[in-house]
Amino acid sequence: MPKSHTVTRRDFVGVVTMFIGSAIGAVIGLPAIAYLISPAIKVQKSEDWIPLGPLENIPEGVPTSFSFVRVVENGWERTGNSYGVYVVRNGENVTAFSNICTHLSCRVTWKEDVQDFVCPCHDAHFDIQGKVVSGPPPRPLDTYQAKLEDGNLFIFFKGA
Amino acid sequence: MFQKTFAWLDERLGLTTIYNTVLDRKVPKVNWWFTLGSASLFLFVVQGVTGILLSIYYVPSPDHAYDSIQYIMTGVTFGWLIRGIHHWGASLMVIVVFIHMLRTFFYAAYKYPREFTWVTGVVLLLSTLGMGFTGYLLPWNQKAYWATTVGTSIAGTVPFLGQFITRVLRGGADLSAVTLMRFFSAHIWWLPALIGAMIGIHLYMVIKLGISSVPKEED
Repeated sequence: MPKSHTVTRRDFVGVVTMFIGSAIGAVIGLPAIAYLISPAIKVQKSEDWIPLGPLENIPEGVPTSFSFVRVVENGWERTGNSYGVYVVRNGENVTAFSNICTHLSCRVTWKEDVQDFVCPCHDAHFDIQGKVVSGPPPRPLDTYQAKLEDGNLFIFFKGA
Repeated sequence: MFQKTFAWLDERLGLTTIYNTVLDRKVPKVNWWFTLGSASLFLFVVQGVTGILLSIYYVPSPDHAYDSIQYIMTGVTFGWLIRGIHHWGASLMVIVVFIHMLRTFFYAAYKYPREFTWVTGVVLLLSTLGMGFTGYLLPWNQKAYWATTVGTSIAGTVPFLGQFITRVLRGGADLSAVTLMRFFSAHIWWLPALIGAMIGIHLYMVIKLGISSVPKEED
């Protein structure tokens, strides 16, 4: 086709069709990419300060059990996960232990008679400071960061 | 580079021939009403693309259908847009296909040698209505549920076989998970497959026979 400065009707229609076609493609195509990857990008904030009530209600020297529920949202599904905490108080000094055994994630309980946290799965024992007394756990019980605000105790949940 | 690649492909695939046959074919001088077939095809493609996208999040189960659509509308980025296009495109497609049929009828374009094109067109129109009917149930809200209850009841007015047809449509006496699943299956597999095949035949005949011209006084 010889080059000319005048645009033919055919060329004009061709260019306009391409332009409109690309615009329509972009209007659906670009949002479609965002639509596809959206659940991967949206990270839900799971960390939060969990209130455990007034400090004065917690007896001193005896591990006190608390539990709280964190809700995880996956799409339209909401799953509630329960977590357990043992709070050991010495005056203003508070340690909050996770009740998850550091061996294989079974739940430990405080046994009054032996004065230890005992894991039912492999009979692991942790003392009141969370240190491993006996059994297979590789490290002491995990702790939550704790803070006091107006006499109320809060622990920091980092996420599952 | 591009020209070489194109020439290589063209020699093997016959791209220029396809282009000339499909798009550069001779057409009589016609008006804008003759664009409705292409518009219908375009809407079918848009409905296909947005529908495939919706199937990424939609769950055809009474437990999740409604919630998964709520999630599409509020939780997913641009979910409202994709579903909105699918929703409005559906209504638009019924309208456009219907006017396409009216144009063919009033211009008498269904006559010899295009009778079979008309027959496939009838199937396409009915399938499009079927897509609308089956798609309407999928949100599984009150409107969808009762519309389908009424719609399937209408089939019950057929003499003798009516109750049986209603039960087949519903997959039982009442609307249930079975109904939702068979409507979903029809909506994403059976009807699109039928429409795709019919569009293939329809277009083949449009290209083979050429399109009719606007009737003149002496016709």
